[in-house]
Amino acid sequence: MSTASVPLPNWISYGVLPVLNLLVAFFISGLVVWSIGENPFQALKLLIEGALGRGEAIGFTLFYTTSFIFTGLSVAVAFHAGLFNIGSEGQAYVGGLGAALVALALDHYVPWYVTMPFAVIGAALFGAAWAFIPAWLQAKRGSHVVITTIMFNFIAAALMVYLLVNVFIVPGKMAPETRTFLPGGQLPKLDWLMALFGMKLGPAPFNVSFIIALVMCYLVWLLIWRSKLGYEMRTLGISPSAAVYAGIPYSRTVIIAMLISGGLAGMMALNPVMGASARLQVEFVAGAGFVGIAVSLMGRSHPLGIVFAAFLFGILYQGGADLSFEMPNITREMIVVIQGLVILFAGALEYMFRPAVVRIYQTLSGK
Amino acid sequence: MTKTLLTLIATAMLSSTAIAAEIKPALVYGTGGKFDKSFNEAAYNGAEMYKKETGTEYRDFEPTSDTQGEQAIRNFASKGFNPVIAVSFAWTSAMEKVAAEYPDTKFVIVDSVVELPNVRSVVYNEAEGSYLVGLLAGMASKTGKVGFVGGMDIPLIRKFGCGYAQGAKSVKSDMQVFQNMVGTTGAAWNDPVRAGELTKNQIDQGADVIYAAAGASGLGVLQTAADNKKFSIGVDSNQNHVHPGSVLTSMVKRVDLAVYNAYKDLAEDKFTAGVQSNGIKDGGVVYAVDDNNKALITPEMKAAADKATADIIAGTVKVHDYMTDNKCPL
Repeated sequence: MSTASVPLPNWISYGVLPVLNLLVAFFISGLVVWSIGENPFQALKLLIEGALGRGEAIGFTLFYTTSFIFTGLSVAVAFHAGLFNIGSEGQAYVGGLGAALVALALDHYVPWYVTMPFAVIGAALFGAAWAFIPAWLQAKRGSHVVITTIMFNFIAAALMVYLLVNVFIVPGKMAPETRTFLPGGQLPKLDWLMALFGMKLGPAPFNVSFIIALVMCYLVWLLIWRSKLGYEMRTLGISPSAAVYAGIPYSRTVIIAMLISGGLAGMMALNPVMGASARLQVEFVAGAGFVGIAVSLMGRSHPLGIVFAAFLFGILYQGGADLSFEMPNITREMIVVIQGLVILFAGALEYMFRPAVVRIYQTLSGK
Repeated sequence: MTKTLLTLIATAMLSSTAIAAEIKPALVYGTGGKFDKSFNEAAYNGAEMYKKETGTEYRDFEPTSDTQGEQAIRNFASKGFNPVIAVSFAWTSAMEKVAAEYPDTKFVIVDSVVELPNVRSVVYNEAEGSYLVGLLAGMASKTGKVGFVGGMDIPLIRKFGCGYAQGAKSVKSDMQVFQNMVGTTGAAWNDPVRAGELTKNQIDQGADVIYAAAGASGLGVLQTAADNKKFSIGVDSNQNHVHPGSVLTSMVKRVDLAVYNAYKDLAEDKFTAGVQSNGIKDGGVVYAVDDNNKALITPEMKAAADKATADIIAGTVKVHDYMTDNKCPL
């Protein structure tokens, strides 16, 4: 009998297996570090300290985590409907435009907590709008959403650079970016949350959008597992023909799933644009949309899993930067290798150790 | 009397220690990476030059995103590095924040202006340098058509293109100038293949001298021009050696000197903040002539370039700077 179909308790599927994968990824990374003549244990210590050692470090880690939660959720929602949304990067980029327009329009007049709901809606609307055309093409014309969303990432980059260089730029300034938002257009930092744990946030840009991200996690869970629409999406994801046979409208479900996915990606922009730099900059997404794919894969498209996976990638991002700072021998390309190994083992090879674990489990439980 | 003498001796000793001061320099590159054979590598060369001369070690960092750049600048400052140099306009807002947090540390930003009392802003008049190489391109062109391949489509690169076009048209007013940008994302600095395709396209349209202002992508321009037996023009670093005989000249931006001088000035206690604008007059932008391209620059071309240089310094020729009004008059 194949081991693939043997059911395992949840604590093994969602606890032991991911940890095992992670350990192997770190082991191979350690070999790479060792092969260039650095001490892998020292490197691991620096990475962990750099990501979690001080209040400021944790603040940066959680800042990255926030971005990855949004994009991870975005990919996961589409994934449940059987759609592979590679376009979170572009949707987040355009979402930044929505957030920035709201901030630019309101920051003179109202405090941040009035701006925030409009900014959330603005970012989500623009992100969703950017996902609409690929969604419509998929639903009505059968153009594969993977291809169209990738293409839309490039169009988004071109559009945003055009707008920033020609429209929003502050005359005489070198960098293509909007003016700095006043406090009314900024999301405040979560110093008080860190202070509760006796830590100082320092200059780290950990901000209110983290809380928005957690709320979205809960809403996505409600949507997918507690609503009729979520049920339809999951059915469509498992078997489109069965879904259509059961009377679930294909086009409508595809388009709605993609709109929600795009909206979640768009909200990611709140974090860097309104939470950190207080302006719309070129390339502020910085690959978070693509990391979202890995986060969603690793988190098994479940909001809770996504939070943990996003946190892990936050650690890798922040700790990795600190590691290459402290150990100049470890270049930024090495950090990409380490991140790649984690994605490979924890995401792509997720079932590699499953047969062995199943055998051990069967032996131990006496079945 | 004795007292004044003592004071004199004390001052002399103080100033002599100041001259021998040890500095702990740091360097943060742009996101293009250290070895781009162009802008960032020029900064690296400047730091290496100082290290070779004085034996002073330095630390450097290659950030991959804006957040990381700010963190790196702050990390260096908080660990007592001084001066901290950040090359690339991308670090403008990061520098504004961090330099205000560490008023006792000296900072240098290249390609942008930060108005704080502890920051030296080094900017270049790329329009003037590009005008000169545009002039040379116009004279070297037999078809009356020249090309420009920029990296990312941002004001800074349009400034290169605009200066170049003005230079080329100063030779012949009906000179045709093709302008293309490699892309709209940071990847445009590192896409030699696409840059090469654009070059091929411009050559097919008749261009026979192509100027690359595209970071590491520029290597694709130089390669394609060499393959098609046309001329190319390098940028930022001296790239004449990349394809001797095909690279007509390079528009060199002395970023290496900016880095070197900043370290030297601080070590000798001569560091000054404020804007340092480098144009043709100060030797901040030059067109490179060496053994690799000596034969390509004819005496007439040299004479014309020298005259243009003199005219620009004298102010009789004004090269329009795209960034002053975000427009190119051509």
